[in-house]
Amino acid sequence: MKVIVDFDLCESNAICMAAAPEVFEVRDDDFLYVLNENPGAELHDKVREAVERCPKQAITLED
Amino acid sequence: MADGPIVIVGASLAGLSAARTIRRADDNVPIVLIGDEPHYPYDRPPLSKGFLAGTTPEEKLRLRAAADPDELGVEWRLGTAAVGLDVAQRTITVKASIAGGSASTDGSASTDGSASFGDSASTKKSASTGNAEAIEFAGLIIATGARPRQLPGSNLQGVHVLRSLDDARALKTALDDGPSRIVVIGAGFIGAEVAATAREAGHDVTIVEAAGAPLARVLDTDAGMAIADLHREHGVDVRLGVGVSALQSDTVLDDPAVSAVALDDGSLIECDIVVVGIGVIPNTDWLEGSGLTIDNGIVCDDTCVAIGSDPEHPVVAAGDVARWDHHRYGQVRVEQWDNGVEQGAYAGTRVLAALNGEPSPDPYGPVPWFWSDQYDRKIQLAGMPGPTTELIHGDIAERKFVQLYLDSDGEAVGVLAWNRPRHAIQARQFLADGATADEIRTALA
Repeated sequence: MKVIVDFDLCESNAICMAAAPEVFEVRDDDFLYVLNENPGAELHDKVREAVERCPKQAITLED
Repeated sequence: MADGPIVIVGASLAGLSAARTIRRADDNVPIVLIGDEPHYPYDRPPLSKGFLAGTTPEEKLRLRAAADPDELGVEWRLGTAAVGLDVAQRTITVKASIAGGSASTDGSASTDGSASFGDSASTKKSASTGNAEAIEFAGLIIATGARPRQLPGSNLQGVHVLRSLDDARALKTALDDGPSRIVVIGAGFIGAEVAATAREAGHDVTIVEAAGAPLARVLDTDAGMAIADLHREHGVDVRLGVGVSALQSDTVLDDPAVSAVALDDGSLIECDIVVVGIGVIPNTDWLEGSGLTIDNGIVCDDTCVAIGSDPEHPVVAAGDVARWDHHRYGQVRVEQWDNGVEQGAYAGTRVLAALNGEPSPDPYGPVPWFWSDQYDRKIQLAGMPGPTTELIHGDIAERKFVQLYLDSDGEAVGVLAWNRPRHAIQARQFLADGATADEIRTALA
């Protein structure tokens, strides 16, 4: 699984960080940082939740 | 599993989330998804922002779960309105909701026939006759949302509301027609966002708000006045504490257009376009006489099951139309995007459990969360507003701050964050974990 964020869409709502803090972090500069672009299988459910809950639909996954 | 499909009334965010959840849990149960608009499910938040501004094109609005409508495995019944419910007979009555009787008459030009945004090919069967049709259900999910409140005079040309894609298309067409004088009535989130978008597009914008500060349902006076200042700095004329007495048209024509907004302090604001953003009314008219309890929404128990429905074949409500018993906040109705996703998913799980004879899932009691974008500011609220606010981080004047909302016992009930998204999301988790006000103060300071 590869995590791709469309930063033109991302508004740093940080919902992804709530779902998968191991992978997504919104820092004090209010920008989103992807901590792990290729998360392991144990994180896939969390990452999928982040994808679905993103109010900007800014995250996509590749196999 | 009982006979008949699970019927979902309402094909927007909550209804779609319910459908997706059910289909993931059960490959076989038939699902009928009914929507009164002709469009496949689309995302509403951009309608007041990027779509109006022209930065989010219409084809980007489709909700991702409906990106391939066939893949969802539901029977789509778009352009179809539910007009009646009989709980005892487990049937709903539907009718075509579109003049001309076909759901696929959406006039939007499509550049790509295979991915056309709004058209639904699968609804002609039911929608072509215009006659009422009964659909039997094993379980029912109601996610019919809400509609904007109107003002007298809203039939005048140039008077707009903003809720649906069709509303947004009409307003966008008017805004794109050239510089206009716009009056936004109501400084709630929709009004404030439309005002910001229109102002940034170069229009002359006035906001009229009857309360003493914008967003008075959610923000305290300090934060509300910071919103007013933000708009004023961008050149918006913000009139607070004054109501609207009439929408005026200056000529007597067959099709008169709005020319001015008369205020109850005697002043008159001449204008070309009026946007009315004074709240919404839950879409429950069609449930009159159904036996369900209706009181500012569909009244539900703590698992979102409508009071008055059959426990073995439950009617479950989700989204803007649902008023349910929240363990922490009491009877609430939450008009928020995130709740649409979450409550829709819960409703799907709840109905499946009942139909399979399984125990109900835990009561539905999320910490609500929403956001609003105006100009370059992001406002987020986790939890609920409370009677007391306390600044715990940052500076209101700098518009980067966090406020804690306390109830009358001094317990934390919500956190408001301006341009502090990380704080908002952390606060939401703290609230969900039942953290004390002190713990939240320390963590977010």
